[in-house]
Amino acid sequence: MKNGRGKLRDDLLVGMGFALMLAALYMALVYAPTEKYAGAVQRIFYFHVPLAWVGFLAFLVVFIGSILYLWKRSVIWDSIAWASAEVGVVFTSLVLITGSIWAKAAWGIWWTWDARLTATLVLWFVYVAYLMVRGYAREESQGARLSAVLGIVGFINVPIVALAINLWRTQHPTALIFEGGLAPTMLVALLVCVVAFTVLYILLVRQATSLKILESDIENMKNLRLE
Amino acid sequence: MSRMFASVFAIFWKDVLSEIRTKEIVTAVLVFALLVLVIFNFAFDAASGTTARIAPGILWVAFTFAGILGLNRVFAVEKENSSLAGLRLCPVDRMVIFWGKLAGSFTFMLVIAAVITPIFLVLFNLPLFLPRLALIIVLATLGFTSVGTLFSALAMNIRARDIMLPILFLPLVVPVIIGAVETTTCVLAGGPWSDMLTWLEIMIAFDIIYLVVATLMFEFVIEE
Repeated sequence: MKNGRGKLRDDLLVGMGFALMLAALYMALVYAPTEKYAGAVQRIFYFHVPLAWVGFLAFLVVFIGSILYLWKRSVIWDSIAWASAEVGVVFTSLVLITGSIWAKAAWGIWWTWDARLTATLVLWFVYVAYLMVRGYAREESQGARLSAVLGIVGFINVPIVALAINLWRTQHPTALIFEGGLAPTMLVALLVCVVAFTVLYILLVRQATSLKILESDIENMKNLRLE
Repeated sequence: MSRMFASVFAIFWKDVLSEIRTKEIVTAVLVFALLVLVIFNFAFDAASGTTARIAPGILWVAFTFAGILGLNRVFAVEKENSSLAGLRLCPVDRMVIFWGKLAGSFTFMLVIAAVITPIFLVLFNLPLFLPRLALIIVLATLGFTSVGTLFSALAMNIRARDIMLPILFLPLVVPVIIGAVETTTCVLAGGPWSDMLTWLEIMIAFDIIYLVVATLMFEFVIEE
């Protein structure tokens, strides 16, 4: 149910997202300096890292939405969790793809069973399973309940998988960003990209959530007529 | 408290009795696990002197696949005669049902492991007396079954349940599989305890976390 103000807020968000995306493109492709050793290909970093951040944020939202759904049983929380899982899977897929392209250029291989790559892949599988549970559920409320369980159990799994796989092996460049190893201009470009992708995420989840709520309203109306 | 244990035991014993009478899970899964071991022998040439390196992987892939098959049955048998409705009507906490079913699947898996492991060690010409391997198997099986019993109940209610259980189960038990393979490698190579301590800790942590989480979540999975 969208009133005038909700529509305006959406339009503002779309406009902001569009402007930020353009800014992100400019920052990543023009403003940021070319990396000395890796060359132009390193610019994929400005999309890879924000995508990874948003992917993780999306799964955190799934986790919170799932808890709140099981607690309050409100269709809104379920719709948010579901929408966020969909967006999260898309973004995580993009993380794996951009990462692969970057790895080919930087390490000479498409894929390596490195800790972070493997953990991301495992995470991706968990949330693909989440979407599959929804798809295979016999009715809406059952799918919501069962996938909420998976949304919680799957997220708790993240630190354990990360720990286990980290011990197992690691090759991914770690925490360069936090150690201050990044040139200031690069950091600025990265931050702009992170903000742009976060706004895109909020926009997509808002749209998908309201769509799902409308769908469930229609479903309820149909059931009313049948009765 | 003792009443709760009695209820858990009653559900557990019901599963054991029905298994003794039908031999539906253990026998079938046992034969399957043996076949996996044999097929792996063709896939990787075990005679080529690489046994010590690939054997742990073979054992744990066989266990994992066997576990999925067995766990699929844990709640499928309840579904078939609508006996799950009966379980739900029991005047006990949902937690009790979970622990009863968990105890059942844990026992079946251990029985399977107790048969498979010696055969595996014989087939791959490895030393037979490995008490440390027994510890690893108990820890890994506990992890497998606590996640697996929850997901078995979850998958039971949706379409395509046979395929959904592995899809749900495998990504979650990745830490257990890594831990089990690493520690088994250490045991087979005769390495010291200190080399496997971290992995044992991770497996114990996994077991505890998932025992708690699955116990809490089970209620939501089987509500109608």
